[in-house]
This record gives sequence, structure tokens and C-alpha cells, in this order.
Amino acid sequence: MEATIASIVAAAAPLVFAAVGETITEKAGVVNLSLDGSIALSAMAAFAVAFLTGSVVLGFAVGALLSALVAVLVAFSGIRLRLNQVAVGFVLTLFLAALAQFLGNPFVRQPGPSVRPMAVPVLSDLPFVGKILFDQNVSVYASLVLIVVVAWVFRRTRIGLELASVGERPEAAHARGISVSRYRFGAAAVGGALVGIAGAAFSLDVKLGWSDTQVMGFGWIALAIVIFGGWRPIWVALGCYLFGALQVLALKLQPVFPGVAQILPSLPFPLMIFTLVVVNSDRLQRLGERFPFLGRLLVSDAPAALGTNFEI
Amino acid sequence: MLELRGITKRFGPVVANDGIDLDVPPGSLHAVLGENGAGKSTLMKILSGFLPPDAGRIRLDGHEVPTGSPRAALRAGIGMLHQDPLVCLPFTALDNFILGREGKIDRAAARGELREVCARFDFDIDPDARARSLSVGERQQLEIARLLSLGVKVLILDEPTSGISSEQRTKLFSALRTLAGEGLIVLFVSHKLEEVEELCDTVTVIRAGRVVGERALPCPADELVELMFGDLVVSSARPPVEIGAPALRVSGLAAGTGRQAVTGVDLEVRAGEVVGLAGLEGSGQRTLLRVLAGLEPARAGHVEIDGRSLDGSSYEGFVAAGVHYLPAGRLEEGLVPGLTIAEHLTLAARLSDWVVDWDAARSRAEEAIEHFRIKGGPDTPADALSGGNQQRLLLAMMPEDLRVLLMEHPTRGLDIESADYVWTRLLARRDSGTAIVFSSADLDELVGYADRVVVFFSGKVLADLPAAELTADRLGTLIGGKVAS
Repeated sequence: MEATIASIVAAAAPLVFAAVGETITEKAGVVNLSLDGSIALSAMAAFAVAFLTGSVVLGFAVGALLSALVAVLVAFSGIRLRLNQVAVGFVLTLFLAALAQFLGNPFVRQPGPSVRPMAVPVLSDLPFVGKILFDQNVSVYASLVLIVVVAWVFRRTRIGLELASVGERPEAAHARGISVSRYRFGAAAVGGALVGIAGAAFSLDVKLGWSDTQVMGFGWIALAIVIFGGWRPIWVALGCYLFGALQVLALKLQPVFPGVAQILPSLPFPLMIFTLVVVNSDRLQRLGERFPFLGRLLVSDAPAALGTNFEI
Repeated sequence: MLELRGITKRFGPVVANDGIDLDVPPGSLHAVLGENGAGKSTLMKILSGFLPPDAGRIRLDGHEVPTGSPRAALRAGIGMLHQDPLVCLPFTALDNFILGREGKIDRAAARGELREVCARFDFDIDPDARARSLSVGERQQLEIARLLSLGVKVLILDEPTSGISSEQRTKLFSALRTLAGEGLIVLFVSHKLEEVEELCDTVTVIRAGRVVGERALPCPADELVELMFGDLVVSSARPPVEIGAPALRVSGLAAGTGRQAVTGVDLEVRAGEVVGLAGLEGSGQRTLLRVLAGLEPARAGHVEIDGRSLDGSSYEGFVAAGVHYLPAGRLEEGLVPGLTIAEHLTLAARLSDWVVDWDAARSRAEEAIEHFRIKGGPDTPADALSGGNQQRLLLAMMPEDLRVLLMEHPTRGLDIESADYVWTRLLARRDSGTAIVFSSADLDELVGYADRVVVFFSGKVLADLPAAELTADRLGTLIGGKVAS
């Protein structure tokens, strides 16, 4: 049991980086739809750099930088060029995935360096939680810290409040002297860097090595989980772990149903859609209206200005 | 002393502000008066830094205020309450109060400050309520409290009385008087003469982007109207009414939930009759109109049009019975932003052809534009029209044969000329036998145009009176009198 949960937490780490990163970006009103391609490119580049230099840290840095640049490009196309962010992000997804495949050819299925496990002394000996939370590697620890830090920034800090106002009602932010475009560029860059770290975590931590099919689809799942979690970091993280659990479940069921073994690994995707449908169903929304506490817990609206370009 | 010099702003070919100069001494309640689209809002947005001007300078107490930066304006002490209060709806009142402050967040201290300002001006705002659940008037109070806590010396209010209750208006006016008494400059932007006369000491009239006159108040109303419009507009007199058979009959109606609920509504409207729905915002008028339009189901009771029951009927059923609804949110609910006048009229015509004959559509649009005096061309998008012209377009889109016409705030936000025009068209409909039911927050409009006024209070009909027995004052006490008890 402990081992299973620990493996879910570890396997979901890249998804947590990507989904929490996109949450930050979308909270400011920028929608970066290029996630799937960004992750692929960063995963390939991170592995290639680590493979060539032997430095895992450098791999992560390059991965983060590349995806941050992509996210800033999406933000720039919206803020400065007044293009449709959704269209730009979508096209970039396709382009970047193909680019990763093309440039990554020499590195396919090569053995390379990876993040080493590193148990935290003392804490890892705690019963139950020790194994789950403190007997992992640095990238998993970072994903856990990230959730807490982002949730705290959103809730408690001026930056968190101003970020949300920029995504909710940019006119209101502007009227109060908050720079809408500065926040949007900043949120895109930070969120994008996290998406890049997600890519790097895939190729250097979870599914060691590079192949062009290994990260396919995870960007889209991350985008869906942001909605599922209602743009709230802790709920988004829970969504990631739910998806991780579904994946582990599918893996364990494979020997049980040998006839449909090929289908099972793709099961988490439709199950995720099913969860989204339930969470957003009218019945649940009405339940939330009747019981405000439950409503706040379950239902959360998108930032009102998401994907729109602010002009004064 | 606030000094504006040569403020100029162009939007494409339109000159919204053309070299405007303005001087306001401290402690003034100064009105900026003008019809819709005269350039008042633009000028105020420039003053508050929200919009950058193309030319011009602003000085406050002898210091130059950098233009085009809301933060610089706030630091200099200039704050603006926008027409639609700029609060973030999912945020709590407290978070909206804090938002924009520099430095670290201290919710406990801010809560105390908010309470203090609210207590001082008798504002009633729960710091933990979501802004979404606050009425427009409460959002306004919240914004005023926020600006005061930032220590503004110039408080700009852009059309602050549209969409608030008369009780809130009274509170607002007394707060503004107090503030001016303390030496604040209050700039009150409005197109409503009565309010300006009631509240302000001095007035600057703006027409087509220029200052056309400054007066000390009181000053003869027709003089101000002449400044605003160039020539005098006479309100249409009410011709006698010929009332026919009952067109709409409502009995024991209950609908809606929570604050929007109505119960036990009985109402009969005869062909050619105009019935006004009065009451504080959200007392059930909107829910009733939406049920009668077929947009919301009734929980109990009956609705009949021309004696035919429409219980449980779909929206299409109501439309087929000859019901038409013009909502308050003209652009949000009534029109499609981005579609042109010609496209709107084509949609409304419900043609059965597969292929749209755009030449014909455009010439039909030109006819309608001339007939309804819409300022725009067939290819002007609806969202580029002013409020008054959007309402004219909605009137142009109404079907020919109507039994019951439902309207929510038919003239909200319109200048005198547009409002008068809208009513001319509506009364023409009435003369052809259409029953009209409208809700309004403007007491003069209710008393002036309705044959009967139905007063709502918390979801129930409080009174149903012939308008001839009412004055705006009496109606005001009727609405407000019950509030106190």
C-alpha cells in the first residue's frame, strides 16, 4: 500500500509541475495551450543536455528555459500582437512536438543520466508518510514544496491577489495601478518554466530517456486538470494524483484482464473526462448553490478574463 | 485646486475630448454634465490615469500629475469610481478593498479600516461577502470606501446613480456632501439634470468633446438643457389611452429562488395599457418579467395571453403568442457584440431563405436606420453603438405584431433625447393595441409613462395603483416607506 502510494506521488510529480505551472499562467488570464508540445520539447532537450554534459541540473535548467520562452511567446502574441492565444498555443503544440521528434532523433532510447533517489534522513523513517513523502528524489520533493508555496502565494500574498485580479478583471487591476501586462508576462514565464521542468522530470526522472511517444498526451491532461481543480493549486495537485492513481490501477489490472491489456493504459484519459463531466454537472452545481460550503469546495469558476486580450 | 489644461483624446477619427480646460477649487461639489457620448467619461478616465491623453496636462495643488498612469494619479490623490464599479466579482469585499495597495497584505488591519469608513458613512458592507453577491450600490460603497482609505483628495464618480436604490442614493449624496465639507473635490459626472441640481454647487457642461459652459447652481434648468443639447427638447405629452380586452393575465404566480423569488403575483394588463413595475432593485420585477417572457419556469400559478393558457409553455410558445422581451443588458442579453446592424436586422427578420440577400438586407437596414434614427451605418457593429442607439436597434428588431411587450429599464443610461424617442416608439406600439409591462428605477419615468404602477417589495406585490393618483414623491415613499418598517 505504502509503496503504491509512494509510486503514485513519484509518477505524478511531472504532471504536478505542468498543471500547477499552467494554473499560475491561467490565473493571470493567459492560456498557454502549447503544453503538450512544450513538455515534449523540454523533455527531449533536458535529456539531450544531460546526456551530452552529464549534468542533470543543467538538463532541468535548459528544459525550464525553453518552455518559459514558449509561454512568453504565447503571451507576447496575445498582449502585444493581439492574436488569439488559443490559436497560437494550439499551433505551437503541433509544431513543438514535431520539432522535438526531429531534433531528438539521435537520443532515442539511449541510456543517460537521471535524478538519483535521496531519502531524507530521520523523516523517511516515520511510519507511513515517511515512505510516501520523504523517501523520494529531489524533483518529487520540489513538486510537493511547489504545491504548498503556490497555494500560500495565492492565498496570503499581495502578488497572489494582484495576479488573480489581472486574470479576473484586468480593468479593475489597471484602475488600481497594477500593471496587467507585467503580471501576464511574469505569470507566463514562471508557469512556462514549470512546464519545462515537468518535461525534464519526465525524461530524467519518471520515464528515463527520450522517445517521442513517452510524453504524448500529458500536456492535454495537465490542461484538463487545471479546469478540474478549479484553478486552485491544491485541488489541481489532487487531480494530478488522481490521474496517477488511475494509471497505477490500470497497470495493476493488466494481468487480471489479459484480453484487453492494450486498452487499459489509455483508460485514465476517458476516466478523467468522466470525472470532469461529473464535477461540472448541473446537479453538482445546484448542490453547491444549496450548500455554499460544498459549493466553494466543488465549484470554482474560470478566471473571467481567461484568454482575452486586455486593451484600454 | 485641480487644473486640467488642453486635454485632448481621439479614438480613431472620433475626437472624444477636444482641448478641455477645467478648474475646480477644493471643497467643491462639481458636476460634469453632458448627454451620452459627450466625452465626460473619457475626460474622467484621463484624469484618473486610466486612459492616456493625446495631449494635455493635469495639476493638483500646484503639482504636475503624470498622465496615463492610474498609480501616479492615486499617489497624487485622484481616485475614480467607474460607472460599473471595477471590483473583482469572485473576491471578497475585503480583498477588493485591499487590492491595489502597495506593500504587504494585512487583512486584519484592512478589515478595521473598512469597518471604520463604512460606519462613518452608514454603508453596510460585510467584509467577507463575495463582491458577486453585493448589489451595484454596495459595490459602489465599497469602491468609495477603498478610495477614501487611500486618502484621495479628488473623488470622481461616473454616473453613480444608475442602478442603485433611492435609499443608497440618499446615503451616497449625504456622504458626498460631508466629504466636500472636509475640503475634498468631488467630481460628479451625470446626464441627469435633477441630480446635478440637487447635489452640486457648480457645473461644467460638455457637448461633443468641448466645454460649452460653466454655471453656478442653482441655475434655470432649461438653460442647462440648452447647453447640453444646443436646442430645447420637449418631453412628449401623454395622449389619452384607449384600453381594450385583457391581453395578459397572471394569477397566483410563484417563481425564482432565493433573493430573486416572487410569490403570489396577480396581474392583469389590458391591450393598450402600460404597466410600470416599481420597487428596489431585485424585489422580484426581473423574475416576473423573465417568467412572462418564457425564459424562466413558474413554480406555481397561471399565465394567460389573450385568454390562452401558457402554463409550462416553452420560450417559443411565448414568442408565438406574441410576447417580446427587451432586457436591461442590451449588449449582453439583447444583441450580439460583433454583428452589424444589417446582420442583426436580418437575424430578427427570421427569413426562410437559405441564402441571405445581403443587398436587400443592407437596404432594409438603411431604412430602419433612418426610421429609428440610429447613429450608425448598416455595417456598424452593435458594440460600437452608444447605449441609446443600441436601444433604438433593439426597437427596430421588434416583430410587427405584438400582444405583450416586456421591458426592463427601457431608458436606463440614455440621455433625455434618446429616452424621449424610445417612449415615442413604445407609445406608438401601445396605440396599436400592444400591452406594455416595464420595470424602471426612474420614478419620473414610472409616473410619467405608465397607466398603472405595481410596486414590488421582497418578491410580493405591495400596491397596484393608477398612475394618475401618483407623484414621483409619493411613489418614492411607497417604495422607501416599507423599507424602513
